[in-house]
Amino acid sequence: MPETAASPAQAITIRAAGEDDCARVSDLDALITGLRKDDYWRQTFARFIGRGGRHVLIAENAGDGGASFAGFIIGEVRAWEFGSQPCGWIVAIGVEPEQRVHRIGERLFNAMCEKLEEDGVATVRTMIARADHLNMSFFRAQGMMAGPFIELEKPVAWKFEHEE
Amino acid sequence: MRLQKATLFGLYSILELARDPERQLSATDIARIYGISANHLAKVLRDLGRAGLVVSVRGAGGGYKFSGNARRTTLLDVINIFEDIGATGNAGGNAGPPGDGEGTDIGAALLQVQGEIDDIARATFGSITIATLLRTMQWYGAGAASDTAAAGE
Repeated sequence: MPETAASPAQAITIRAAGEDDCARVSDLDALITGLRKDDYWRQTFARFIGRGGRHVLIAENAGDGGASFAGFIIGEVRAWEFGSQPCGWIVAIGVEPEQRVHRIGERLFNAMCEKLEEDGVATVRTMIARADHLNMSFFRAQGMMAGPFIELEKPVAWKFEHEE
Repeated sequence: MRLQKATLFGLYSILELARDPERQLSATDIARIYGISANHLAKVLRDLGRAGLVVSVRGAGGGYKFSGNARRTTLLDVINIFEDIGATGNAGGNAGPPGDGEGTDIGAALLQVQGEIDDIARATFGSITIATLLRTMQWYGAGAASDTAAAGE
């Protein structure tokens, strides 16, 4: 089926990101999270673009006025943390709010899984805040479920008395 | 944690009916599939009907049909009809007055641990819609690749 059919989801193409995409990814992230992190995204692009085992993918909508940015996904292969076999990680994903509910996120996720599979990993992971219902529901809908690891944290200022 | 029997029966009913929204099933039909009490299930289905998730169809071949939005209704929405999971409060503290021993340092610490478990349970049930479970259930219990990773540690 041609990619330029009428449905928005069918007009979507997925490609590897270039450095020029950084500003659009940064803008979308700021729109979604309400936090501006331009330096973080510049550093992320510098670490990910053109590196083996690291991928930034861009979704574009091939509309009448030319291809427009629709979303992104970032993933990488991480190895041997606390004894884990090499595993794919989804670091970030975002879809333009007005282009949601057209399975663009699913297309990005599946494209990233293919890239990670080509890298030789069998599992893909991510970490989501329990209160982030939107993203957690999205990843659940892709078939992701609880894995064998659990996230733990504490304020670094907490110290036992004999250590003070 | 284990869900109460009525909650489990409610989830069975909703998922079985939502599997094919055009299909009508009686309480007896569903009870036979899951090997559970039809009398108990009849009460559960009335509760689901009051919540707007199923409708009863009268007449010959009548029964219940799923009438909710499978892409918007989560497992937690169904569970909340029958019980309040995580009634101990949340990881940030106990919302209600302290129960037996909960005012002590050890009681408060144990309550915090229960709160962590409850928060994870709520977040998990709240992130899985009826449509998602029906779509992905082929992978549940399949061992998943994650187990392989754990075994390799």
